[in-house]
Amino acid sequence: MQQPSDPSQPTGRTFTADNPAEPVDLVTIEPGFWLDQGFTWLLRGFAVATVAVLAWMSWIIFQQALPAIQTFGWAFLWRQEWDVGTLTFGALPYIYGTLVSSAIALGLAVPVGLAVALVSSENFLPQGLRSALGFLVELIAAIPSVIVGLWGIFILIPFLLPFQEALFNYFSWIPLFSTEPFGPGMLPAGVILAIMILPTMAAISRDVLLAAPPALRSGSMSLGATRWETILNVLLPAGVSGILGAAVLALGRALGETMAVTMVIGNSPYISASLLDLGYTIPAILANEFPEALDPLHVGALMYLALILFVITLGVNMLAVLLVQLITQQGGPFNR
Amino acid sequence: MLLSKTTFRRTATASAIAVALSFGSVLAAVAQTLNGAGATFPEPLYQRYISEFQKKNPDIQVNYQGIGSGGGIKQLTAETVDFAGSDAAMTDEEVAKVDRGVVFVPTAGGPVAVVYNLPGVTDNLKLSQEVLPDIFAGKITRWNDSKIAADNPGVDLPNRTIKLAVRADSSGTTFIFTNALSAIDPYFMGRVGANKAPRWPGRPIKGKGNPGVAQLVKKTPGTIGYVESSFAETNQLQTALVENKQGQFVAPTIKNANLALANVKFNQDFRIDFDKLGNPAAGYPITGLTWMMVYKQYPEAAKAEAVKKFVEYALTEGQDLNDDLVYTEIPEEITTQVIETVKNTVGAGATSGSSR
Repeated sequence: MQQPSDPSQPTGRTFTADNPAEPVDLVTIEPGFWLDQGFTWLLRGFAVATVAVLAWMSWIIFQQALPAIQTFGWAFLWRQEWDVGTLTFGALPYIYGTLVSSAIALGLAVPVGLAVALVSSENFLPQGLRSALGFLVELIAAIPSVIVGLWGIFILIPFLLPFQEALFNYFSWIPLFSTEPFGPGMLPAGVILAIMILPTMAAISRDVLLAAPPALRSGSMSLGATRWETILNVLLPAGVSGILGAAVLALGRALGETMAVTMVIGNSPYISASLLDLGYTIPAILANEFPEALDPLHVGALMYLALILFVITLGVNMLAVLLVQLITQQGGPFNR
Repeated sequence: MLLSKTTFRRTATASAIAVALSFGSVLAAVAQTLNGAGATFPEPLYQRYISEFQKKNPDIQVNYQGIGSGGGIKQLTAETVDFAGSDAAMTDEEVAKVDRGVVFVPTAGGPVAVVYNLPGVTDNLKLSQEVLPDIFAGKITRWNDSKIAADNPGVDLPNRTIKLAVRADSSGTTFIFTNALSAIDPYFMGRVGANKAPRWPGRPIKGKGNPGVAQLVKKTPGTIGYVESSFAETNQLQTALVENKQGQFVAPTIKNANLALANVKFNQDFRIDFDKLGNPAAGYPITGLTWMMVYKQYPEAAKAEAVKKFVEYALTEGQDLNDDLVYTEIPEEITTQVIETVKNTVGAGATSGSSR
């Protein structure tokens, strides 16, 4: 594999003691050394700057949120009124809407994403078709969210409305479907989000499944397990932490999604058990009200919401990092 | 990858052209740049003013960003723009925060259409002065309510819940709409209020901007909402005929809006008291105005001159464009007074605040 004489290979690293065959040229080490050092410090600088930006942003958000934090305190978290006219603000309906719409999305995207991952990693289909399928699903991630939102208004909502009406007509005794559907609402928002996080879910799960050592599969097969049993009892359990990580990353994306949700959720801040009812999310209200917010307390309340969202997504992302660490540390069948 | 590369290239080309163009104009003449921001309602009109104005004054570059009335006021107060646009003229309290002083320039007006989505109903619904505020205050909740039926004999009204579609953002259109309904009905004023972000009853569906509300109404059967009339037209929405003080049911046309604004009394500073405009004697009753707000003092004389020129253009030749773009005109006796005031009060002066 090693081809030290290949002229196209980078030669910067060959001036080492490991390579006694190469003549050590002291004159040419010098510029390379400073280049290396400079580059290392440049990278360190970028890394520090990235962290500094995070700290800076948190500080600015906190500072702007301060008037609202001082006025409402922790009660902001469970208060429900939001009236710009009288400057009373409460976050609960927004937190609720953000979590519920993301939960619906996750509930839909995890099974579908897993299915896509399985089909594109197993050999049900010819190789060309599998790659095409995986590529197309990942392409969904490239669609701008405004476009997804417009598609939601024009295609998805009219398409879902008969289903929503049927759910209401036949199942209104279940609290989940107890209100008359509007068209826009929590359910369409969840479906839109599910579509948007599907690529994340599918792509990572697919990588996790592909990383499974062939020995696992052959072992299972040679013991007489069918393909179905192999997938269900060997491959999925072995990859469960990776798949969980994928789900958490997808959740992180769903929590922060703004434009598409704003366009289909109906933007009404109420807490209702019904999925057919309207809702509102934190990113949506930030997008809607921030440009027009004049009063420092109004801006503060919006920033307080941003801070809450920040904490939620930060928590979710940290969870994802921990899960990924868990996989790599434990090693197990998936340690590449 | 291919997609992003193409997009990048396109963006790069576009920015290169933009840079080349702006440098070009800088080189052509010592340009004076005026930056404005604010209401989205008059944005198409202002863009047209700007393009026509610059043909005649190539040395003055004017920019206008439609970011919303509240945003315009915010930026004017922060002194990050040279003029602002708003459908709700600044209040005395807001003016007090601007050290450089504010002059109000009414530029145009327009009707706000009441739009709805009722499959099966083909005639334009007639909504009386009693019914319309009741619908938006949550007193009338079903389409086949006897009060609606009374004004619309022969129309087969469906037994559906009325769903309100309103603005999610704080909005000048909402300001005009709620002011008009408050002037008609005291109960509406107490329950909902006359401002940019009122307390709507029940669970209204909210959309962002005029386009957002228009799309919600277009796609959701059973909804009723309000949009600036040109959006009703471009989205081909069903539009209600609204009863005026004389008992006529009128459509939100420019002609009817001009009738409504004909007898408007402007205050000394060219703002209007909305309670006086609220229920005009004739024409379409839900009609509003939009203002350009300029500083009294500019850091440089050249900038003040440029502002004066632009205001004068907007109120003279510019007004002739209003009708084409479906906006009402400001009566000439008012425009001459405004131009006079701007000429006399706007100038270069020592600014107490920071200048840009």
